[in-house]
Parts: sequence; structure tokens; C-alpha cells
Amino acid sequence: MAIDMAQFHQVFFEESFEGLEAMESGLLNLDMGDVDVEEINTIFRAAHSIKGGSGTFGFTAVSDFTHVMETLLDEMRDGRRKVTQPAVNVLLGAVDCLREMLTAIQNEQDIDTQSVAEHKRHLDQELRGEVSNSAQVSQVATAKPKTAPATLKSVAPGWRITFCPHLDMLKTGNDPVRIFRELANLGALETTVDQKGLPDFYDLDPEECYLSWGLNVAGDIAQSSIEEIFDWVEENCDLSLQSFSDLAQRDLAHQPGVVVSDDADPTHHQQDLSHPEPIEESSDAAKVKTVAKEESKVANKGSSSIRVETSKIDTLINMVGELVITQSMLSLVGEHFEIGKLDHLKSGLAQLERHTRELQESVMNIRMLPISFVFSRFPRLTHDLSAKLGKKIELKLVGEHTEVDKTVVELISDPLVHLVRNSLDHGIEMPNERLAMGKPETGTIILEAYHRGGNIVIEVRDDGKGLDKAKLRAKAIEKGLIDKDTPLTDKQTFELIFMPGFSTAEKLTDISGRGVGMDVVRRNIQSLGGNIEIISELGKGSTIAIHLPLTLAILDGQSIAVGDETFIVPLVSIIESINVTDAMTNKVAGKGETFRLRGDYLPIIRMHEIFDVKTAKAQKLTEGLVVVVEGQGIRCGLFVDDLLGQQQVVIKSLEANYRRVEGVSGATILGDGSVALILDIPGLVRLSNQKHAGRD
Amino acid sequence: MLQTDTNNADYKTENEPRLANIEQFLSFVLGNEEYGVSILRVQEIRSWEPVSRIPNVPVYEKGVVNLRGAIVPIIDLRERFNLGRAEYTPLTVVVVLQAQVNGKSRTMGVVVDSVSDVVDVDKFSIQRPPDFGAKVSTEFINGLASVNQRMVMLLDVEKLLRLDGIDDMVTELAESESKH
Repeated sequence: MAIDMAQFHQVFFEESFEGLEAMESGLLNLDMGDVDVEEINTIFRAAHSIKGGSGTFGFTAVSDFTHVMETLLDEMRDGRRKVTQPAVNVLLGAVDCLREMLTAIQNEQDIDTQSVAEHKRHLDQELRGEVSNSAQVSQVATAKPKTAPATLKSVAPGWRITFCPHLDMLKTGNDPVRIFRELANLGALETTVDQKGLPDFYDLDPEECYLSWGLNVAGDIAQSSIEEIFDWVEENCDLSLQSFSDLAQRDLAHQPGVVVSDDADPTHHQQDLSHPEPIEESSDAAKVKTVAKEESKVANKGSSSIRVETSKIDTLINMVGELVITQSMLSLVGEHFEIGKLDHLKSGLAQLERHTRELQESVMNIRMLPISFVFSRFPRLTHDLSAKLGKKIELKLVGEHTEVDKTVVELISDPLVHLVRNSLDHGIEMPNERLAMGKPETGTIILEAYHRGGNIVIEVRDDGKGLDKAKLRAKAIEKGLIDKDTPLTDKQTFELIFMPGFSTAEKLTDISGRGVGMDVVRRNIQSLGGNIEIISELGKGSTIAIHLPLTLAILDGQSIAVGDETFIVPLVSIIESINVTDAMTNKVAGKGETFRLRGDYLPIIRMHEIFDVKTAKAQKLTEGLVVVVEGQGIRCGLFVDDLLGQQQVVIKSLEANYRRVEGVSGATILGDGSVALILDIPGLVRLSNQKHAGRD
Repeated sequence: MLQTDTNNADYKTENEPRLANIEQFLSFVLGNEEYGVSILRVQEIRSWEPVSRIPNVPVYEKGVVNLRGAIVPIIDLRERFNLGRAEYTPLTVVVVLQAQVNGKSRTMGVVVDSVSDVVDVDKFSIQRPPDFGAKVSTEFINGLASVNQRMVMLLDVEKLLRLDGIDDMVTELAESESKH
């Protein structure tokens, strides 16, 4: 059964996360004064389908939790409850909590029961805060305050505590006796000791605690005061807390007290009461951890899938249909071929070529997702952080529909969060500062994505205080990252913030400023084959632009010829190609060749030498061409026979069947079906250095 | 049949061994020697076609070819086994082998002089390769089988694909083992 269901888990998680996003954006869009019922409906539907799905798959904790949210939303939808900012905030918190729960289940981790209980309590409070007059709702949601006191009357007030210390509790300096003494101060205490865990005398370690206790404290005691007593040992024991009334209700239902162990959840009795079927629910809740573990083992978190618009698939099917037609037409021509049909054949081939290209484009298109998948989380982030920081910030999203490769979408979001947080925290000033500087009180952050050439550019722009060059410099000197008198251009100065361990924030906040961020951001972006640049003006704001290749599977390449071999140089790494004259070249120490390019001396790498091409035509530097390339900040000239042409190439892995080759980043298949290697510029430089070192 | 089986092990293959014990091998020729690989490891047999050279690799790694969209390395078995170089002719064939290496499926082409036959070999008639000490490397040879009085050396495809330098650590390990 578990295995049968597991195949749907991935879909459920994806749908749920999408639903959560819909809920979140819906909640943020809610206008307190004038509530759009349709908006609430959307939120409600999302919550409802998560509840339904999680119920089906046995994620009871999730469905329980969503149920409470749903009740709240239902009342809002029917207009029985006013939409207030606190209520929205509670719901937003609940959305986060739900996301954590789902992620935990997906990754086969334990659900953070404490935070769940916390959010649930908030929801419950919100529910009870305004007692509605609808009969239907009071049945479901407000059952607790009405029915609970009724049962309470027949049972004396008090608590039943099951206290099972872990073996090593005594070693933390906690004494159960002291706890019991405290409890006795609250009310009449009844203790029963469970000696089951006690080992044989010979195995007994006097420093370990083998006993567990059942404690009944009578009296009208606040739950929090009991929790307070156990506060110190919470980590070292399994604790469960139930009110007598709760227990009595269970007994009424002929269910001998279900004791939820391994659960420090102090509020779970409330969960039970706020539900129509408290007993089943709570016993399920106890099981939920094991169930979740078993089931999600099958749903590997590494498996990734992609949701594709039906329209894209329809286009694809149409194209394949046309391809089949063209193919049958061509085979008809070929069957009884005569020279008069040549035109027919040519047009058929042209058609075939067009269809193949279109097909390739639309297949690549399937991997493309709108960047809004990444952007959608930022309104929430801005909303939360600006409230926390006491700043007024407006976030504008531009070009959300720009499509990027799925891999890029997955890997870009963390770096972007970092950048936006930086802008929020360090960039935008406090409202009064802004007014004093003659800027509008509300700061603006613009998140924009657009295509340029074969790249996608993502910009984070703010109109905040900008980067202070003098301060950056001073900081870098202080940290020993640069020398006192290193000359730096503006660009280099800004790039200081990407150095590890660099942070100019005077005070560390929990939002940013630990100096671990920016170097990681840059590394992540570089690993995607992109780069990042900063433009900033003091007092006016800064722009951080990320350039990324549109897709990771296709690359713009320049074919070069060395002898009878062809190599591909990524177009992005080529600066220019030049004919060198003897006057431009020099030798360093009689060996290393360099050439002069506008005042810079760049090393020359002879391709035919380092790749040992015997058929190379050009032996003297003047006979061939030098392609000036740049990779990871190193510039050099590649000496080749000739340039062949530019083309888009599909990157194929050499490692899949072979192995990594130094100086080569991959391979591609040329138009004639032969294989060409794609050069890796930094690798080539390393290889060239090794060769020179080996020769010495 | 029972008689020959027990009395004369040398003629075992001339008789009909039991079907369950039969394994099929593709046999091919390298110089004067005959080798065999398990037929289940053979993906296809192709004629030799020019390869794209890979720089800075051992000579026996001839290069890579495009095999229906996948980049597949080609190695020359003659050179790999130090049997001297042969000119490639239109009759030269490439046997495309496939095996699981480190949990991943790998494909590789090996250049051989010619393929000869698919032979049935009784599992129990396979002999261990003789130990020549360090003088002759038998690391790729799984066993020896005699087919029609000829000796066929059965190759370990997994090792062949791995020792190709795909996994350097394993290579080093195997080399240090073969030295001992």
C-alpha cells in the first residue's frame, strides 16, 4: 500500500508547494479595507486541496493543521469573520509552518512538532478570538470553549504528566526529585513509578536514570506553569501532558488513554478538542511520524520532475506530426526517384530541416520555466523584513515571465535571496534618513529579468544609500585583504564585497552582515557559467546584475581549426582575434611567449603544442591567428590555424562514457556527425603551465 | 556422454554440455590470438570510422566518436595489450561494449582485427588464466576456454572499461594489486 501511494507523493508535494505559493501571494494581496471574496476563495481552495491530498496520503499532521486554517478561511469567505491584519499574519505564519512540515515529510525528516503546535495555537486563538454566530461553525471550530468546560465540571481540574527521563538526564545535573517538589507546590501530587526500565543489578549504572514516572497533579493549574518546571529537562526526557478533562473524554469514548510519548508538545490536548473526532486524530498523530518515515523513504528527494504546460506539449505533438508527414513525403520521393523530382526533394529537405529545428527549439522550451517561480517568494520576504526592520519598502517585479532553464531556476534562488536581503538590510535607509536626504520615504527595490543576447540578465536595483567606496577600501585594508596602497578601480573596489569574510555592516543583524554571503553568491553564479557585476553610486543606490547563460545545455561557440582538428571555444570567453606580427611578440626568459595587446603582455598558448596536433599548418606565429580569450580572470592568446565559424552547439558530457580531460570542458557533435571538443580556458592555462614546467 | 565428461576433460566442448551451464561469447582476433567477451556485454559491432582524437591520453585511447548522440571512447585493444599496431582497413571492426562501472552504465568501443564467431562455452570448462608472474599481465583475462581445440581468452569487460583510466583510483589499486 505504502509503495503504491508513494509514486504519487512527488506530485502531491509539487502541487502542495504550488498551493502554498498561491496562498501566500493571495494573502499578501488581500486588501484589508475591501476584501475580494474571489481572492479568499483562491486561498481557501489551495488549503482545501492540500488538506485533501495530505489526508489521502496519511500525512495526518498536515491535514489536521490545514483543517484549522481552512476553518478560519471558511469564516472569512462567508463574511462571518473580518479579515484583519493580525489574522492574515497568523495565516502567513501557518503557511510557512505548513511548508516546513511538507518539506520535512518530503525529506524524510521529523516534523518540528513544537513549531507546529505553536502555529496551531495561534490559529486556535484567532478562531476563538471572535466567536461567530453561525451554528455550523461553532460545531466545528468553537466546540472547545463550549463543550470542554462542560466535561470539565464532572472531572476535577488537574493534569496527568507522563515523565520518562532519558538515561543520561542525571548527568546534566537535573534531579527529578527537585521537579516533583516543585510540582507538589502547585497542587496535590500523586506519583507512580514505572520500574520496567530497571536493569539487573550487575548492569546497573548508578549515574543513569532508569525510572519513569506518572504524575497526577490536582488543582486548577495553568499549563504554562507546569511547562516551566520541565523547561530545563525538556531536551532530556519524553514528556506528555494531559488535562484530566481530556483524559476523561477519552475514557468516555472507550479508548484507554492514548499517551503520546516522544512528543514534548504541550498543547496537543487543544488539538484534540478543536476537532470533531479527537480520539482518532490524536492516535493518528502519534503514528504520523513512523508513517511519514516509511512512506517517504520511497519518494526520494533527489528525484526531480518538471510540470509542463499542456500547450507546450500540444505544440510538440503537432510538430512531430508534421515531421512524420515530411518524412513519408520524402520517402515517397526517394522510392521512384528521377532527376526531374530533384526540386521536390530539395524542398522536402528544407522542410525537414525547418521542422527539426522547430522541434529542437520546443523540446528545449520544455525545460524553460518563467522566472516568476523564483521571484514569487520576494514579495513575502520584503513584507516580513521591512516590518522587522521598520523600513518602508516597495518591491517591483519586472519581466517575471522571462523564461529560464529549470536548472537555473533551481540554483539562482538562494543567491537572489541573499542579494535582495542585502538591499533590504543595507541598501535602503530608514524612512527618516531617506526624508532627510530628500528621497521619498518609501524605498524601492526593483527585481528585473530580461534576455540580452544569449544571456538572461537578472538585476536587483535599489535606490538606497549605495556602496561607499572609501569605506569598502578601509575595511579591506583593515581585514588585510588588500595592501594599503593597492590601486583599485571602481569596479575592483565594488568587487571587494565578494571576498570571503568581508562585511561592512557596523552592526550584525540576523538578516545579513555575517560576511559569508557574497562570496558564496558569486561562487554559485560562476558555477552556473554566469557572472555578477555591481554598479553603485553613493547616496543614489546600487544595481547588482547577474548574467547567466540562457540554458546550460547549449552554448554559443566559435569553431577553430588546428591542423585537421576542430575545437569549439565558448563565444563568451573570446575577446577578439588578431593577426600578430613579429614586432608584437616577445619571449620571457627565452621560453614563455607573450604578445602585446594595447599595453598588456599576454601569454600565448600554442594549441598544436599543448594538444599535440601533428598536422598543424601554422608553425610561426605570423602564419596563424591568435584568439584572445579570458577565463576566470586570466587572459591569454590561443594560437590556432584558422577560425571556422560561429554556431550554437549542444554540450555533451565526455565523462559519461569516458573521463575528464584537462583543458576540455565537454564535447559536441558537429553538422557532419563528427565530434569536436569544447575548450575550457582556465584548464588550458593550467595545462600549458604544466607543459612548460615539465619541459624545464 | 557421461563417459567422455568424466574421462577426458579436454574434449568436453566437443560434446553437448548442459544448456544451463552454457554462456555465449563473441570471439574476435587480435593478431594471432583469439579473445572472447560475454555476448551480453556487446551492444553492437561497427566498422571502423575515423575518430576525434583526444589530446594528452595514452596512445591506445584512439579518441571519441558520435554514437547516435552519445560520445563514446574508442580504444585499440591491440595497442592496449601491446600486440603491436595494425593498419586500419575496411575490415577492421569496432565492438561496442557496455558494462556497469561504479553503478553507472558505460559504453566503449574496442578496435579488433576481426570478429570470428559466437561460441558456446560451458561455464565449468573455463580455466583460470595461468600465472606468469609479473612478466605477462593477465589482469583483463577472466579465464581460458577451448573452442574447437583453439584457446580463447575470455576478457573481463568491467575491468577493461574501468581500467581504461575512467576511474583512476581503481586503476591504481588494480595496478598495485597486479604488482604484488
